[in-house]
Amino acid sequence: MKTVKIILLILLVAFVGIQFISTERNQSDIVQVTDFMLVNNVPNNIKNNLQVSCYDCHSNNTKYPWYNKIQPVAWFLEEHIKDGKKELNFNEWESLSNRRKASKLRSIIKQIESGEMPLNSYTLIHKDAKLSSEETNEIINFIAQLKDSL
Amino acid sequence: MKNLKINIVAILLLAVSFTNAQNKEKMNHGDMKMDHSKMKMQDAKAEAILTAYFNLKDALVADDESKAKELGASLEKSLSNFDVSKYTDAQKLELKDIIIDAKEHAEHISKSPIAHQREHFKVLSKDIIDMVAITSASNKLYEQYCPMYEKGSAWLSMNKEVRNPYYGSKMLKCGKVQREIN
Repeated sequence: MKTVKIILLILLVAFVGIQFISTERNQSDIVQVTDFMLVNNVPNNIKNNLQVSCYDCHSNNTKYPWYNKIQPVAWFLEEHIKDGKKELNFNEWESLSNRRKASKLRSIIKQIESGEMPLNSYTLIHKDAKLSSEETNEIINFIAQLKDSL
Repeated sequence: MKNLKINIVAILLLAVSFTNAQNKEKMNHGDMKMDHSKMKMQDAKAEAILTAYFNLKDALVADDESKAKELGASLEKSLSNFDVSKYTDAQKLELKDIIIDAKEHAEHISKSPIAHQREHFKVLSKDIIDMVAITSASNKLYEQYCPMYEKGSAWLSMNKEVRNPYYGSKMLKCGKVQREIN
């Protein structure tokens, strides 16, 4: 009984301890001129979907949930956002060459089509980020059009 | 008498090492000359990329996912080693773009199941075809084309015979030669 108490106490101290380790916040007020929405004529409904379902991890601005401030959740999110932005950053869209854009658009279509994106771990908490099959089709058609127009 | 013997041995040893050194120098010169003539003809680093690409293609033809993973990683490495410095400014720009794109696809191939590997191989092939258009290759290449895979997909091969990397054993000989690159 005593050892259980000690272990619990150690865990508690560790939990409190890691709260003091800060993470990098992915937030910016600057709207970049290279942003995907600015340079492409995106219909409003698709704009909204991309913003809610993609931009949290694929742009320079994340709308953080309240629990993000709690470790180790913050670490987990930080890693996700880092990886997401490495693969695709919508804010920097126009800085890509046509070759790169075509590659990215192809990936977007594939990932959404197969349901790999948005991530399950993300839509589990962000219910509104889940795309209906109709929304999925709209986005895919739009992205495919954009790809053909390159 | 003893001293004389030692002296003779020492002189012999010196003589042997000198002739050996001279031979080496000659050999080095020979190598350097050969390298020079090769450099004029082709870009060795582009050739290394092509070799890695063909190995990867063969793994996909053989439906070998784990080997394709390995070869995707080594292709990524040879892409990183590419040197654009001897090309014109316009070519540099395009080559860099091609290399960045190709590297990303090679990286994905090194981490993905075979269906994904083939999707990335399609875009990768376009990159490599565009690269060869600038760097040219020492061997004759065949651009081959399969009309069935993803609305039509091309790839490069060293052999005229079609071996389809997009379908492997399912449709090994599906496709045609659409261009010969000399």
